[in-house]
Amino acid sequence: MEGLKEQLRKESKKAKLDFNELKSGGFIKQTQKDLFTVRLRCPGGKVNAEQMRKAGEIADKFGRGEIHISVRQSIEVPYVSYKDFDAVAESLREIGWAVSSCGPRLRVPTACAGCTYNPNGLTDTQGICAEVDKRYFGIETRHHKFKTSFSGCPIDCFRTREMDLGFQGVLEPKLIEDECNGCELCVKACDEGALKMDGELPVRDWDKCIHCGDCVKVCPVDAMVSNRIGWLARVGGKHGKHPYFSYEIANFLTDDQVYVLIEKTMSWYQENAVGRERIGAAIERLGLERYMNDVVDPLGLEAIRDQKDRRKYYAKGNFYDK
Amino acid sequence: MTNKGETVSPDDKLDLSGVLCPINFVKTKLKLEEMEVGQVLEVILDDGEPMKNVPRSVKAEGHKIIGVEKLTDETYKILIRKETD
Ligand code: SF4
Ligand code: SF4
Ligand code: SF4
Repeated sequence: MEGLKEQLRKESKKAKLDFNELKSGGFIKQTQKDLFTVRLRCPGGKVNAEQMRKAGEIADKFGRGEIHISVRQSIEVPYVSYKDFDAVAESLREIGWAVSSCGPRLRVPTACAGCTYNPNGLTDTQGICAEVDKRYFGIETRHHKFKTSFSGCPIDCFRTREMDLGFQGVLEPKLIEDECNGCELCVKACDEGALKMDGELPVRDWDKCIHCGDCVKVCPVDAMVSNRIGWLARVGGKHGKHPYFSYEIANFLTDDQVYVLIEKTMSWYQENAVGRERIGAAIERLGLERYMNDVVDPLGLEAIRDQKDRRKYYAKGNFYDK
Repeated sequence: MTNKGETVSPDDKLDLSGVLCPINFVKTKLKLEEMEVGQVLEVILDDGEPMKNVPRSVKAEGHKIIGVEKLTDETYKILIRKETD
């Protein structure tokens, strides 16, 4: 790795390359000599038509006319020679675009379509994803990569359970008893079996409710309504060789609370992790309580509790009580 | 389990028992397109996925479910009033 950097440094002088272009890590070494994959910055997987054309233009001019879509929603152009880095960067600058990152940084956030056009969506995943990208993209972690993602509802297509920090839309339903006609459609709509009829009215087992909002979306007379919408926060997940499921640490965060949690969690990770461990490993080593005490509790975020008022975390596929 | 007090006679009927998602919704939608605003369509749906999905999609399209009735253990009758063109 060092050898490669050294070679690049020398070559970049020869080719008059701006080494800063390489620092962000948007150029990824391929198995083939001198060839790199250029990873373009596409927060939430959203690009406009002009960017699509630009990606095609770069692939035609500097690559082999091929595009690869990464699992993190980035458009990548493979087979680009390091000698063309400057030209590629310049070509991207023409439309105000840039390469993405790899390495020990806060990566480009991913997100689904969310409430803007997905029928299940509860939250504006694309909006918050763009903002998080603007504020925090590329921040150095001093340890390892740091991935964030946003899902618009509990179906969780964007796998927030496998992120260093993940946020998923949640809706708190509420019944207006006087409006309800007892049609039972909400009971049928609830996949979790959280609703049952008690006489003429549906009653909810809050321990089973996952805040998906399906009961609200189906109710024909608007008797089941949304009391509030927010974000469920998860920390410490990852995939890779040894995947981890994250801990659910707080519920019904506002957008602003999401930003603060990202900032505080990044600082905690920078200060408390050792070597190249991911935040999940640091939490495992130091104990979840430590992270909760240091980061979550001082922010006054809403803890997830069961009906006996015990704090509850979802981790590694099992619920357990604390 | 019917709507309180509402006894409406439907203008048209559709038996979708045994019809899978999302074909059942598409058929409902096509039928509603042939009808006038304010008319009522009666649809027979299977319990399970169809009862979970079709009423919600009908609501999302802007129409109103004005009655739900259990027919057998496996089938339901719903009444849809067409609200928009
Ligand atoms: S997570 Fe929910 S809102 Fe987002 S794409 Fe999946 S189903 Fe749609
Ligand atoms: S929000 Fe979802 S899980 Fe909770 S009661 Fe409604 S349908 Fe069931
Ligand atoms: S769907 Fe609405 S009207 Fe029907 S039982 Fe549920 S809350 Fe009541």
